[in-house]
Amino acid sequence: MDKVVTWRRGGYSRRVNLSTWLRLAAALVLTVLVMLGSLSLGKVILSPLEVIRILFSSQDASLTLIVEQLRFPRIVLAALVGAALSVSGLILQSIIRNPLASPDLLGITSGASAAAVLYLSFLSATLGQQFLPLAAMLGAALATLAIYLLAWKQGTSPLRLVLIGVGVSAMLTAATTFILVFSPLTTTLSAYVWLTGSVYGASWPEPLALASWLLGICPLLVLLARQVMVQQLDDNLAQGIGVRVQWLRAGLLLVSVALAGAAIAWGGAIAFVGLIAPHIAKRLVAPGFAGQAVMAALIGANLVMLADLVGRTLFLPLDLPAGIFVAVLGTPFFLYLLIKQRH
Amino acid sequence: MSPGVKLCSAGVVLLLCCVLSLAVGATWIPLPQIAAAFVHPDPLSINHVLVTTTRLSRTLMAIFVGASLAVAGALMQALTRNPLASPGLFGINAGATFFIILFSSIFSLSSPDAWLWSAFIGAGVAGCLVWLIGNMGQGSLSPLRIVLAGAAIAALFSAFSQALLVVNQDGLDTVLFWMAGSLTERSLSTAAPLLLCAVLGLAGALLLAGQLNVLNAGEEIATGLGQRTGLIRLLMSVLVICLAGSAVALAGSIGFIGLLVPHMVRKGLSIDHRWLLPGCALLGAIVLLLADTLSRVLILPQEVPVGVMTALFGAPFFILLARRGGRYG
Repeated sequence: MDKVVTWRRGGYSRRVNLSTWLRLAAALVLTVLVMLGSLSLGKVILSPLEVIRILFSSQDASLTLIVEQLRFPRIVLAALVGAALSVSGLILQSIIRNPLASPDLLGITSGASAAAVLYLSFLSATLGQQFLPLAAMLGAALATLAIYLLAWKQGTSPLRLVLIGVGVSAMLTAATTFILVFSPLTTTLSAYVWLTGSVYGASWPEPLALASWLLGICPLLVLLARQVMVQQLDDNLAQGIGVRVQWLRAGLLLVSVALAGAAIAWGGAIAFVGLIAPHIAKRLVAPGFAGQAVMAALIGANLVMLADLVGRTLFLPLDLPAGIFVAVLGTPFFLYLLIKQRH
Repeated sequence: MSPGVKLCSAGVVLLLCCVLSLAVGATWIPLPQIAAAFVHPDPLSINHVLVTTTRLSRTLMAIFVGASLAVAGALMQALTRNPLASPGLFGINAGATFFIILFSSIFSLSSPDAWLWSAFIGAGVAGCLVWLIGNMGQGSLSPLRIVLAGAAIAALFSAFSQALLVVNQDGLDTVLFWMAGSLTERSLSTAAPLLLCAVLGLAGALLLAGQLNVLNAGEEIATGLGQRTGLIRLLMSVLVICLAGSAVALAGSIGFIGLLVPHMVRKGLSIDHRWLLPGCALLGAIVLLLADTLSRVLILPQEVPVGVMTALFGAPFFILLARRGGRYG
């Protein structure tokens, strides 16, 4: 079914998978449409044309406020969070060589959650909320560092890495539950909303900070992209074809923590995106990290944007956390793909 | 040490833990009184009543729940050929939690008995759903498909529960405590049918152990040796749903045991399922019993959820074992 075209120009040649490119373009168009739809829906319903007019020439101050200050930053943040988590999940699934790997399973999310819940229970009263992302990110980084060090024994193996990750994650989740059960109800509720994952009340500095962080990681990602597939091979085989397996694994782990940690820091512990978006992407485009990563990022962005759209519009005046609807929206589509595929 | 000796010593440790669990609590009961409570019970002595009612039911519950979860985990890992699989992957914990929250908000259930049955129904529904989707479109159960379907269904059900909890914030605290896993307030009489289900499940799993070894050799080899792999897989799934479903209904989500105890036993005892499954049953029971005993006394007069306790104390051991490497690290 895949139509592959070889493109040559002088000494440079490249195989181009047309259906992958077509599908990526379609996903990109879909993303723009979802973004436009999200911008126009809410308590005040606008038409997409109106939204475009408001974005480019602002006459009505209140509508401009709604679209440019209330909705747009939130939507951009949702998209970035979804994209970062999905790419992180895709990388983890290939370095762990297990389809169940995701930031949630591996202790990245639970490290961030434990740190965030600790912060909310003990420090937020004195320091305020603005250091919460920093605390979450620190938690994710520390948890992953601990996992890596504990799994190190003349190098790391994927199985040891993931088993120790699950162990550390179990401890951190237990600690989080412990704090939640014994803290006052107000803290429990705000922590619960954070743990579910919400982009509620985002303003421009947040998506901009996340975007600049992600842009900073991008060069590293591009540099490592060609090597990711090699990680799926057996360690000895990978070594045989001249890959420095340990360094590459550490580098990729670092990239995926940087991606997921930042996303969780600003968007809360949105579960499931990091697991499901890579799987959807793998079923939509041909094998190859670059295409799958872009597809996963787009799918993840769409999932979280749609989840947030449903959360803030369907139950007005309630504004429910986006994390709840990710699974509700993602699962049916994923199950459809799973059932349709036969081999 | 041979596996047999290890298994026997684990049995002895389990007996010691039982005695400990009967003796330790908010009030310490000396050993002679425990013995007396069973031999000639005195209905007027508070200590005797304590031992024969609450302490005994908790101890039995912990043993069966721990054993069921660990064995279900080992079965699940063999079924999916994935070391990260746990009974929760059949959507069992998520389904049970969702049905409890759903039924309590529709029918305003408040008694633990009603919770118990709604949890069991939820576990069954989620498990069957996962199995059906895992089987759809293709003749036999593919490990990858069932793992992915399970993860998706589990996420779907926990999303539903979260939605219900966020919309309807009353009772958030009780349900949170239930989800964290607890062995309190379950009387033996209501739990009896589920305990029976767990016992039958354990027996069935032990009978199936030899077949599991064959299945683990690979689909083609197992078929070549004359095994009806589809039937064995179906039986394994039913056993997992029975064991994990009754465990979750009795004690809430205790996530750690099902995932990590099988790995501990595989490192410490044997990868042969005829040793692995009894080992899992014993070690699972020991871990949960110890955790439950500790959870009673750690912060008197309150109790720590036992699920929290198992993870806090079991995980360090597990990490040590995982580091030790061996034939499969």
